[in-house]
Amino acid sequence: MAASGRSPAAEGAATARRPRRRAPGEALWRRHAISIGTFVVVLLLWQAIIVVFHVPVYLAPAPLQVLGALRTETHTLLVNTWPTLIETVLGFVLGNLIAVVTAVGFVHNRTFRHSVYPLAVTVRTLPIVAISPILVLLLGNGYAPKVAIAALITFFPTLVNMADGLNAVDAQALELMRVLSASRWEVFRYLRWPTSLPYLFSALRIASTASLLGAIVGEWIGSNAGLGYLIVAATYDYRTPLLYATMTVASMLALLLFNLVTIVEHYAVPWRPTGGAHVE
Amino acid sequence: MTPERSTRGAAGPSIVLRAVSMSFERNGEPLEVLRDITLTIAQGEFISLLGPSGCGKSTLLRLVADILPPTGGAIEILGTTPADARRTRAFGMVFQQPVLLPWLSVEENVTLPLRIGAWGRTHPSGPSPASLLELVGLQGFEQVRPAQLSGGMQQRVAIARALVSDPRVLLMDEPFGALDAITRDRLNEELLRIWTETRRTILFVTHSIPEAVYLSSRVVVFSPRPAQIRRAIEIGLPYPRRPSMRDTPEFTRFSAELREALEH
Repeated sequence: MAASGRSPAAEGAATARRPRRRAPGEALWRRHAISIGTFVVVLLLWQAIIVVFHVPVYLAPAPLQVLGALRTETHTLLVNTWPTLIETVLGFVLGNLIAVVTAVGFVHNRTFRHSVYPLAVTVRTLPIVAISPILVLLLGNGYAPKVAIAALITFFPTLVNMADGLNAVDAQALELMRVLSASRWEVFRYLRWPTSLPYLFSALRIASTASLLGAIVGEWIGSNAGLGYLIVAATYDYRTPLLYATMTVASMLALLLFNLVTIVEHYAVPWRPTGGAHVE
Repeated sequence: MTPERSTRGAAGPSIVLRAVSMSFERNGEPLEVLRDITLTIAQGEFISLLGPSGCGKSTLLRLVADILPPTGGAIEILGTTPADARRTRAFGMVFQQPVLLPWLSVEENVTLPLRIGAWGRTHPSGPSPASLLELVGLQGFEQVRPAQLSGGMQQRVAIARALVSDPRVLLMDEPFGALDAITRDRLNEELLRIWTETRRTILFVTHSIPEAVYLSSRVVVFSPRPAQIRRAIEIGLPYPRRPSMRDTPEFTRFSAELREALEH
């Protein structure tokens, strides 16, 4: 191939930007060390306050007592974690699935959007604590009302973010699709859906912790198992170390779910999104 | 016989505009954007539409591309309507922004038009993506994501994508307007080389006088809105054009002529 008159990608070789690398391992380690250190200092301070001021256990336990409860009550905690986890995951899947399907419907049918959106907003304004007893009355004492509450609490943020994401397509990109005579399905598959993914995942991150909250609130109202039930039971019995241990487990569970979503996002949205999704 | 086969390669004009006009409705008021545009573009011409920003030249390009329907007059591309031309991929389009899909690699972006409507399966004889990336000087960047490329390289990818369905006409809407002057000059060279090698009709929208003179065989000058054709000036500079031509008296004379047409 004659190279004369052809300018190779000299400009490219010089200006191609590499993706920004993470901070080197050492700096990352340092950052973790700082946050863990802060955590330990707070725990030590807490322990010191309890000991120095002779705070009775039933009011507030010391960290070591909570740790003790985590060890002695491991079985109770685990047995009650499973129902909550199942409700959370089912609610998460159900709520987000309905939200995504509804958002897709919004984009493709204006009448559907105008009829359902105000309804969704209205349901959203009802306090979840007020809806929960209603759902327990309707759905009984089993998993169903908790799953419903977890689903309900995740539904709205995902609906709003997903509808925004599906509409966040560039006007010129739509013109490109027009020039290529793309069908509605092709516009969705090649343009709208990938555009919406960063928005979807910021909603899913919110939903991961919110669905756990929903499940726990559901268990408060009427249940004889789960972390929410354990919180209520431990409070009534003044088993404060167990109460704190339950909170610790709930917090760990939330962190786990949140990080799980972040990891999936890392693989599902490997390109660097430029436009951020907003948080509901 | 498909319209595409009967018209492609025919000797008639590439694009014909007959008394084309365009009005929008804005805030309840009619807004006249284009008035009585009549123009015939021969096959293989490099023709620039030059006019002040917002005059409606980009709108005219969108009428040709069947993105918008004109409110008056008629448009013919290779003897067919814009809608038929769009469906048979008689033209490719390059926008002001590269409009690359950030989740696809360079190669996947270039071949996107082949996947839409299963075009690649029904038209297997088009240019290979590899040859197009070589044409725009991006061989070796196939698997790179757009975000890793500079603005100039992204626009090269967009040009390769516009050529992948092997269109007879290339519509370009201020494609280098967002680039710095050095990159813009370089891409002007590249575009002329691509035009020389592929001999497509190019309809090029710009508001840069030197760019219009340097690239075009003919420049159509538009008035401010509602845009009307003021003059169509043949640029008598020989091809291949060289950067040194920018400093010749002829180049300056054509520039002055265009500037006068814009301002009169």
